[in-house]
Amino acid sequence: MKPLLEIKDLHAQVEGQEILKGINLAMDDGQVHAVMGRNGSGKSTLANVLMGSPFYEVTQGQVLFKGRDITNEDTTTRARMGMFLGFQYPVELAGVRVYEFLKTLHRNKTGEDIKPAEFRAYLSDIMSTLDMEPDVLGRGLNEGFSGGEKKKLEVLQLLLLQPELAILDETDSGLDVDALRTVSWGIRKAVERGSKVLIITHYTRILDYLSPDRVHVLLNGRIVASDGPDLAQKIDDQGYEWLGGAQ
Amino acid sequence: MSASVPVKINENLIREVSESKSEPEWMLDIRLKALKAFRASSLPDFMPVKFRERIRFDELAYYVRATDGPVQDWEDVPEYIRKTLEGLGIQEAEQKYLAGLTVQVESESVYQSFQEQLQKQGVIFTDLDTGVREYPSIVRRYFSKITPPESNIFAALNTALWSGGVFLYVPAGVEVKFPLQSYFRINRPNLGQLEHTVIVLEEGASVHYIEGCSAPIYSKVDLHAGAVEAFVGPGATLKFTTIQNWSHNVLNIGNKRAVAMDDSFVDWVDANMGAGLNMKYPTVVLSGPGARAQTLSLSMASEGQLHDTGARMIHLAPHTSSTITSKSVVKQGGASVFRGKVKVEIGADHVRARSKCDSLILDDEARSDTVPSLQVLQDNADVGHEATVSKLGQDQLFYLMSRGLTEEEATFTVVNGFVADFIKTLPMEYALEMNRLIELEMKGAQG
Repeated sequence: MKPLLEIKDLHAQVEGQEILKGINLAMDDGQVHAVMGRNGSGKSTLANVLMGSPFYEVTQGQVLFKGRDITNEDTTTRARMGMFLGFQYPVELAGVRVYEFLKTLHRNKTGEDIKPAEFRAYLSDIMSTLDMEPDVLGRGLNEGFSGGEKKKLEVLQLLLLQPELAILDETDSGLDVDALRTVSWGIRKAVERGSKVLIITHYTRILDYLSPDRVHVLLNGRIVASDGPDLAQKIDDQGYEWLGGAQ
Repeated sequence: MSASVPVKINENLIREVSESKSEPEWMLDIRLKALKAFRASSLPDFMPVKFRERIRFDELAYYVRATDGPVQDWEDVPEYIRKTLEGLGIQEAEQKYLAGLTVQVESESVYQSFQEQLQKQGVIFTDLDTGVREYPSIVRRYFSKITPPESNIFAALNTALWSGGVFLYVPAGVEVKFPLQSYFRINRPNLGQLEHTVIVLEEGASVHYIEGCSAPIYSKVDLHAGAVEAFVGPGATLKFTTIQNWSHNVLNIGNKRAVAMDDSFVDWVDANMGAGLNMKYPTVVLSGPGARAQTLSLSMASEGQLHDTGARMIHLAPHTSSTITSKSVVKQGGASVFRGKVKVEIGADHVRARSKCDSLILDDEARSDTVPSLQVLQDNADVGHEATVSKLGQDQLFYLMSRGLTEEEATFTVVNGFVADFIKTLPMEYALEMNRLIELEMKGAQG
């Protein structure tokens, strides 16, 4: 069976500065993969490049999704093939009402126009589990949201879209303990329903909730280690120094 | 109709127009006085040359005579308009269009029941010609008093040669519960080139008047210079909504002015989607203490379009307040200029005025400028202006596209969010059609 995601010798740069320097990574088995690394190691760049961000230039290498080379595909195509990016910093879109936006996503996904009452009931269940205020639906997308509210809205979209591959860029950052548990619950729910997750994180604490099958360590634009869940524990105990690339 | 010979704008023409309508002497006098003002004035300095050159007053006069407006041939209607009409789901667009109707025209019976209700309340809602004939004492008191011909060359032209338009009178204390719409009166899509509308609200009256429609209207006539004069009595409330979507050959230059008396409220909503050139600055003269006014304008300019719009708030009385909000979206070489003016006269104590304009620029060819003017002659006034210009963000598009939206859908989503506050002020059916229209505009059907 082809790996869901395969990254081969991927190089990417921003404004002439190379950030990814030959990434090799495959998601073949396991539901949850974690990419860990220090700040500045290229983690967020990797997440964004995988989704086809216009802010980075891929200079070398390939990304294959479900066996298909998507290196030159645009973001829309990747999303419609089943990829999803949970943003570290979701953008604010003034005036774009959350409810209408979610309804558009649902319509695009299912090809159906769900009845408002039915859709509200559906959202209401997820939102109460994620401990979100109902009034979020009437607000502008991420407009004036707290960090926690933004991350929860990302998870809500994850559950709504139920992608085959969810790349989650530091979805745990800036969350208090309660919000972290809530967000983790949402991600686990998506995994239970069949999504595979590539979670990018600085800390190991979210991994306590998600129990990754594989852990990859990114240092200075390269994957320097890939192993089972014990690797996360080792990093938690010993930090990154023993992996080299000291800085 | 066959006499398509250009006619000079002169005293003979004006007498002819006035006589054909069997007008009273006083109206003829006003027209002739306006002709003098017209001759004494010139085009505004800031008007770009490429548009100045297109204004040939002597070629206008022909249309003034043709009461029904030019005959339209479906083949003459530009393709982008036909496509948009189809996109709006206008059934049998061609037939209705040629018949001079629009999709929004309600059945005659609905209109009749409205009229009966209005009559019971003593509301007068008719064309201005009828107003001049049957209600001279009211019309005469206000006509050309609020927007005198000396105001500018287009006000002068309109006053001298006006034809068509609405007369609306709401007696003291009467609240009209449903919006009154110009198409109930004029069952042709506002082909009038020099329309003149007079609205009078007596003490405590209230009404929402809507003119125009969001479906694009093709006009062969190049210059449209309408005028609106509104008197808003003490404690009265006037909401005036304009939705303008002329074909891009039109130069649309409007004079819209309201006088707001004590504790009254004027709410001006002005949407400009069409026309090659738009020059419109709804004006409120806050004459009575405690009067309030707001204008909310939206403009969308694409290739070849210049929307030079804004609002003017003239504070003459103490404790008056005003808000100007302007939103413009420009793309593909379209340009918008915000020209806003707030003036606080001596003696107008404790005035509060806010002016805000936001522009959204969708690509590198489009541009947007702001020309705000604040003239405050009285201290203790609280006056402020702010402007924001935002470009469509790559980060916004990336976020939306990562959710599966196409670039086009993503752009539409951002624009829709930007104009959401404006759309909210429209009645439901207009809001829906406006949204649909913006979507079509983004897809380039109108481009």
